Amino acid sequence: MATSPALLFPSPSSASSPPSSARVEAVVLFNVCDSYVRRPDQADRVIGTLLGSLLPDGTVHVRNSYVVPHSESADQVAIDIDYHHNMYASHQKVNPKEVIVGWFSTGFGVSGGSTLIHEFYSREVQNPIHLTVDTGFTRGEASIKAYISSNLSLGDRHLAAQFQEIPLDLRMIEAEKAGFEILKSTMVEKLPNDLEGMESSMEKLYILIDEIYKYVDDVVEGRVAPDNRIGRFISDSVASMPKLSPAAFDKLFNDKIQDNLALVYLSSITRTQISIAEKLNTAAQVL
Amino acid sequence: MANRKGLPKPFLCLALVILYAAAPGGMRSFLQAVSTVTEEAPTPLRVVQMEGLAVLKIIKHCEEFAPALVTGQLLGLDVGSVLEVTNCFPFPIREEDDEADADGANYQLEMMRCLREVNVDNNTIGWYQSCLLGSFQTVELIETFMNYQENIRRCVCIVYDPSRSSQGVLALKALKLTDSFMDLYRNNGLTGEKLREKKLSWVDIFEEIPIKVSNSALVSAFMKELEPESPVTQCDFERLKLSTAPFMERNLEFLIGCMDDLSSEQNKFQYYYRNLSRQQSQQQAWLQKRRQENMARKAAGEEPLPEEDPSNPIFKPVPEPSRLDGYLVTNQISSYCNHINGVAGQNFNRLYLMKALHED
Repeated sequence: MATSPALLFPSPSSASSPPSSARVEAVVLFNVCDSYVRRPDQADRVIGTLLGSLLPDGTVHVRNSYVVPHSESADQVAIDIDYHHNMYASHQKVNPKEVIVGWFSTGFGVSGGSTLIHEFYSREVQNPIHLTVDTGFTRGEASIKAYISSNLSLGDRHLAAQFQEIPLDLRMIEAEKAGFEILKSTMVEKLPNDLEGMESSMEKLYILIDEIYKYVDDVVEGRVAPDNRIGRFISDSVASMPKLSPAAFDKLFNDKIQDNLALVYLSSITRTQISIAEKLNTAAQVL
Repeated sequence: MANRKGLPKPFLCLALVILYAAAPGGMRSFLQAVSTVTEEAPTPLRVVQMEGLAVLKIIKHCEEFAPALVTGQLLGLDVGSVLEVTNCFPFPIREEDDEADADGANYQLEMMRCLREVNVDNNTIGWYQSCLLGSFQTVELIETFMNYQENIRRCVCIVYDPSRSSQGVLALKALKLTDSFMDLYRNNGLTGEKLREKKLSWVDIFEEIPIKVSNSALVSAFMKELEPESPVTQCDFERLKLSTAPFMERNLEFLIGCMDDLSSEQNKFQYYYRNLSRQQSQQQAWLQKRRQENMARKAAGEEPLPEEDPSNPIFKPVPEPSRLDGYLVTNQISSYCNHINGVAGQNFNRLYLMKALHED
C-alpha cells in the first residue's frame, strides 16, 4: 500500500499490536439478532458493545455483547454513553475478565457514521474491532465480518481511517454443545433426553461408516480415483482401535457390562428402599 | 454434606422490581378493582418456552463459573398456559457479608432499567441456577420459591447441570413447586397427619415442566447458514465417549452421602416416636396417680385436684420434626438414581457398539 513516499503510516503503538483475527461465540450473534428484532421503529440499525478478551496470540475472543441505544441521522451520530458505561459496570460485576474489545453494528459494510462511533470506541480501548452482522442478507447470504481500523495520515494531517477486514472464526463450539438442531429451527417441541440423543449420534456414525464403505468400494472398483490422503486417514482411524485378543476383549467387555448391571441393580434397590421408607415414615402412629 | 452447600440466594428485593417493571395484565379498570369479583383460577402452566438466546446465555454463565454455583434472573412473558423466557441476566457472585444486599438490589434494578430501554421484556418470571449433578433440592430453593411466589403469580426455576452436559445431554430442567405443597408449607403443616390427609408424598413437591425452545426466524436463518459442514458435531463426540467412570463415581458418592442423610433423618423420627410413646406412658402413670389421690381426697372430703396439670413437664408436647428434609433428601436420591440409570443405559449402548466394531 505504501507505494508513494508521501503516505506515512504511524508506527504501531508500543503497548499492543492490533488483533490479527477474531473469534465470535454464538451467544453474541443471538444477542445481536434479538436486539435487531427489538429495535425501535425509527432506527435502521442497532449498535452495541462487544465484550471479551484478547488472547496472547493476537486473537480477539468475543464472548458477550450488549446493545447501546443510539440515534443516527444524515450528518450526526449520538450514542448514549452513560448507558454504555452503566451496562459495562454491571457486566464487570458478574465477570471482571470480560473487557471491551470493540463494537458491533447490523447492516452491510462500513458507513460514514461508523467511523465516528469507531473513534469513540478507540478512546475506550486500543484497537477495537468492528463487527458487522448483515441482518438484511443484502447479498443473499449471511455475512458477518470483522474489521480493524488503521489511520491514514499525510504528514501530520489525519486523512481517513481505513477499515481492514480480519479473519473471523465462527466455529461456535458452545453452540454445538447445546445442539444445532435446537438452535436452528424456529420451534423445537421437546428437548431430547439421553437415549434419544444417543440414538441420533449412533445414526450419524452409521451414516459416516456407510459413506466410507461406499468410497472404499468405489476406489477398489476403479470408479473413483484414489486419494492417498483419504486412504491414510482411513488406515489411521482403523489402526487407532487398540489391538486386543478376542479373549481379552471379551473379558473386558463382560466386566464392563457386569459393572453397569450392578449399578442399575443398586439404583433399583435404592428406589425400593426409599419407597418403603416413605411408607414407614408417614404411617399412622400406633400408640 | 458436600452436596447441600448453601446456594447464593437470588436477591429478594422483588417488591421494588415489580413496582418498577410494567406487569402485563396487571392494570385493571377501577370498576373491576372495586367489584368483589373473584379472579378465576389461573390456567395451569403446561410448557416453558425458551428462546435460544436465553438457553445460550444460561449455558455460558453456568459453564464459565463451574464448579461454583451461580444464579441469574429470567425475564419474559406469561401467556396463558405457556411461560415464555425471552432473556436473562446473570447475578454476580455474592460474598458472604450482608451489606452486599443493597448492592445486589441496585445491580438488579440497574440491569432491568437498562434492558427496558432496549425493549427487552422487563418482566421477572423466575430465576435460573446451576447445580452439581442434580443436588438442587434444598430448603433454600423452596424458600426462594415462596419468596418469589408472593410477588409474582407464576414463576419457574430453571436448573442447568454443567456436569451432565459433558455427557452430551442438554441438562436443562424447569421446576415449579406444586400448589398443594405450597399451601402446606405456608401453613407450616408439614406434620405426618396433614401430609397423609392430602396424600402428599415426596414426589409431589416439585413439578417438572417440559421445555420448548423457540428461535426467531432471523437467527435461525443465520444458524442454518453458519452450520458447520461436518456431519458430526462436538455433541456427538461427547455422547460416544467411553469413559463415563468419573461421572458415575461422583454420582455414587453423592448417593452414598444422601443415604447417610436419609438414615439420620429416620433416626430422628425413631427418636421422636420413642419420646412420644415414653411421654404417653408417663402421662398415663401420672393420671393414675392423680385419680387415686382424688379418690383418697374424696374419701377424706377434700376438693379433688384437677386431672390435668399443664405445668408438669411431662405434659409438654414433644415437637415433631419436620419431614421436609427427609422429603428433599429422598428427591435427591431419586434424581441420582435416575442419572445412574440413564448413564448405564448409554454405557450399554456404547459397549455393544464397540463390540460390533471390534468384530469387524
